[in-house]
Amino acid sequence: MSVTVTDNNTTSELAALLDKQRVATASDAALRKDATDAFRAVGLPAAKAEEYRFTPVTRILEKQFTLSQPTPAGQVSRVKDFTIAGLEADTLVFINGVFSPADSSIQDTTALTILPLQEALATHTALVLKHLGQYADTAADAFTAWNTAAWTNGLFVHVPDNKVVERPIILYHLHDASEGQVITATRNLIVVGKNAEVTILEKYDSTGASPSFSNQVTEAVVAENAGLNLYSIQHDAGQRYQVGTIRIQQANYSRVNTFTFTLNGKLVRNNLQLVLDGEGIESHMYGLYLLTGDTLADNHTVVDHRKPNSFSNELYKGVMDGTSRGVFNGKIYVRPQAQKTNAFQANRNILLSPTAIVNTKPQLEIWADDVKCSHGCTSGQLDEEAVFYLRSRGIDKLSAQAMMLYAFTGEVLTNVKNPVVKEYLDNLISQRLHKNF
Amino acid sequence: MSKDNQVLEELTSKEYEHGWTTDIETDSAPKGLNEDIIRFISAKKNEPAWLLEWRMKAYQQWTKMKEPTWANVKFPEINYQDVIYYSAPKQKVTPKNLEDVDPELIKTFEKLGISLTEQKRLTGIAVDAVIDSVSVATTFKETLGELGIIFCSFSEAVQKHPDLVKKYMGSVVPVNDNYFSALNSAVFTDGSFCYIPKGVRCPMELSTYFRINAANTGQFERTLIVADEGSYVSYLEGCTAPQRDENQLHAAVVEIYAMKDATVKYSTVQNWYPGNKEGKGGIYNFVTKRGLCYGDSSKISWTQVETGSAITWKYPSCILRGDNSMGEFYSVAVTNNYQQADTGTKMIHIGKNTKSRIVSKGISAGHSQNSYRGQVHIMKRAEGARNFSQCDSLLMGDQCGAHTFPYIDVENNTARIEHEATTSKIGEDQIFYCLQRGIDEESAVALIVNGYAKEVLNQLPMEFAVEAQKLLALTLEGSVG
Repeated sequence: MSVTVTDNNTTSELAALLDKQRVATASDAALRKDATDAFRAVGLPAAKAEEYRFTPVTRILEKQFTLSQPTPAGQVSRVKDFTIAGLEADTLVFINGVFSPADSSIQDTTALTILPLQEALATHTALVLKHLGQYADTAADAFTAWNTAAWTNGLFVHVPDNKVVERPIILYHLHDASEGQVITATRNLIVVGKNAEVTILEKYDSTGASPSFSNQVTEAVVAENAGLNLYSIQHDAGQRYQVGTIRIQQANYSRVNTFTFTLNGKLVRNNLQLVLDGEGIESHMYGLYLLTGDTLADNHTVVDHRKPNSFSNELYKGVMDGTSRGVFNGKIYVRPQAQKTNAFQANRNILLSPTAIVNTKPQLEIWADDVKCSHGCTSGQLDEEAVFYLRSRGIDKLSAQAMMLYAFTGEVLTNVKNPVVKEYLDNLISQRLHKNF
Repeated sequence: MSKDNQVLEELTSKEYEHGWTTDIETDSAPKGLNEDIIRFISAKKNEPAWLLEWRMKAYQQWTKMKEPTWANVKFPEINYQDVIYYSAPKQKVTPKNLEDVDPELIKTFEKLGISLTEQKRLTGIAVDAVIDSVSVATTFKETLGELGIIFCSFSEAVQKHPDLVKKYMGSVVPVNDNYFSALNSAVFTDGSFCYIPKGVRCPMELSTYFRINAANTGQFERTLIVADEGSYVSYLEGCTAPQRDENQLHAAVVEIYAMKDATVKYSTVQNWYPGNKEGKGGIYNFVTKRGLCYGDSSKISWTQVETGSAITWKYPSCILRGDNSMGEFYSVAVTNNYQQADTGTKMIHIGKNTKSRIVSKGISAGHSQNSYRGQVHIMKRAEGARNFSQCDSLLMGDQCGAHTFPYIDVENNTARIEHEATTSKIGEDQIFYCLQRGIDEESAVALIVNGYAKEVLNQLPMEFAVEAQKLLALTLEGSVG
């Protein structure tokens, strides 16, 4: 589980860069300094590090990027091309990691706080510093440390107690690499008060031919009896590499639903960590990855049951075509006090081409006895008999395949609650299935 | 709850049955490991030069390797210089037949329930008995010899069948495969060798019984089974050790080589001394077991019942090279008190239409930690490969842990892989169901545990199944936390 320390130059080069960039007067300078030290100690994952066994992020950073090169401002004139039409929401747009007020619209500011994180750090300093960097573990992962030391901006949401927010909050992360390589580090902090509820959606898109790398971290604290729905739609074109970490801290009787849709990109690594630090918690994690070309999607999830009587359920499904690779690692920890835990996990994969690969590692670590835990994972191809059945009824082969794959993905999609988002995803997926598979 | 705990206490506190020692004079090497010791062992065994060279190479490689740390077990660092690498019971003459064998040794094995006198045996099992570093007797050699089956101690095979040994030794588990296999290759002292010729179905179970007796010694044996085309053999392995306060090291290597249409079934009931209730003493069991399904349609089946050892580090694996070959792994691993087990299997699918099946049942009680670690790897060429894995864990008591680390790597789209794992304790409703039908709590638990492990126990040859069931009962009955 420990990430092997590399003695490569990239780590020290980047650490030196982080030291140089740090603004000594910033109110979170101490946090950033500690994170830089942690980054130096952990080091970028070595080639055979267990946690990055199939995901050669370090090598890519070394080969494809010049770390000291500044990121261009980015010009995305057609922001509308990437937005979800018809969705009533508060919107924040980040272009190459920089907040773009002109493209953003925040209406609901009376009952709750929605701000770019930099602004929040200036205006709500105490509240931000109370939570920032307190959950995502800089000592365990180099990318989390890097982000904590170098983040430029992101979302800050504070939902006060008893406030149920109807309008979702959407973040569009656009990467424009048409004027050279892009490296971004965005950071989100979500604080949900008691009995409150909020839905947040992040969407990733990109343009430009140069490589772009993003390292984003989201920390969320969900108080007693509160609810959080967190969506992530990763739909990047081109030479797009990203490592993302979401860390959610849950208190008693809170409810969390996370959705991760990976539809495109060169390399996508998602770390999703749920800490169930309370009783009566309910958590659902859904994931869907539809991969073509040489995309690599790596989902590492952790559910940490720390108190009794909680429930967690995880469903990740994937379809791999071309020379793509799907990696899944799902850890379930049940700590000694977490009696009466119910934890379930399933990972199902379909390989469409002879050159696609799946590497999956479901992992249960259980120290309490009165629990019900299970995991299951499968890998296979489409049932030939079913395809034959459809074809014998006059449906051509590709449509038959698309139909079956659509049904396969439906199990994840059906859990999406917002109708506009659901329809948008439904269209996106069925277009993909008909076009690419 | 308190009553349950009492039942648990009573039943899990049963003493280790084979903890006694035999007072035999031994001939042993001084403590420590260096080239001289290896030369000493080689000279003791009167080995040909090529084997000594092989050992030396292995030693050289071992000195460059590092002890693996990835397993989910914790133990103080082993001082490899504090182990006696060779210890043999002193015998006045080299025994030509059973009458010459030291009666004290025969008695030792009789006490363990292993009779070395053929006439007295009712069951048709041929035994190779190994105490500390050497094999003392092999039974039914002649009966087997008539069929062309070679079954003897490893040392004897080196003398009598050097070609076979030279050809197959290290072909399945290379010297530098891992830290412990390299160590074993350098200092192995004895073990069993078995060759089944073409088309022969071995008429009886072949068995090796390992006993560690002397203090401070390590046991490093090597077993090599070669099954020629179309042959069949069922092989059993049993082991026990006396109760001692210090930890003893056991690092064995088992290699199975199956040619076209051959079937090998390998069963183990591992009952090394697990240490006392406080976790003091016990055997460190670091074993490399691997089978190669070299020929088409060959089959290797591993069955293991792991109840002993302070620490178990063992992954009996199958390399499915031949087309249509098949690998199986059935395991019941029981840990109690402070035992730690990290065990599982590897199924490497290389050939077309290869099949594998994994059934692993872990039971943890007391303060023990029980891990399943396995890999199913479907290589690019393995068209139509099929795997089914099931690993279940049963927890008894709130101080123990159960862990599963399955790795599933698929590189061929026609492969079908299923994996499932569950962790739970014995349900109160199940117990209640039995109680209301007049079955007392203790028997109910025994019933449920036995049912839980049945799928694996069914794979064992009958004599072993009985022993295994007894062992299970001894370690666990009544453990509802």
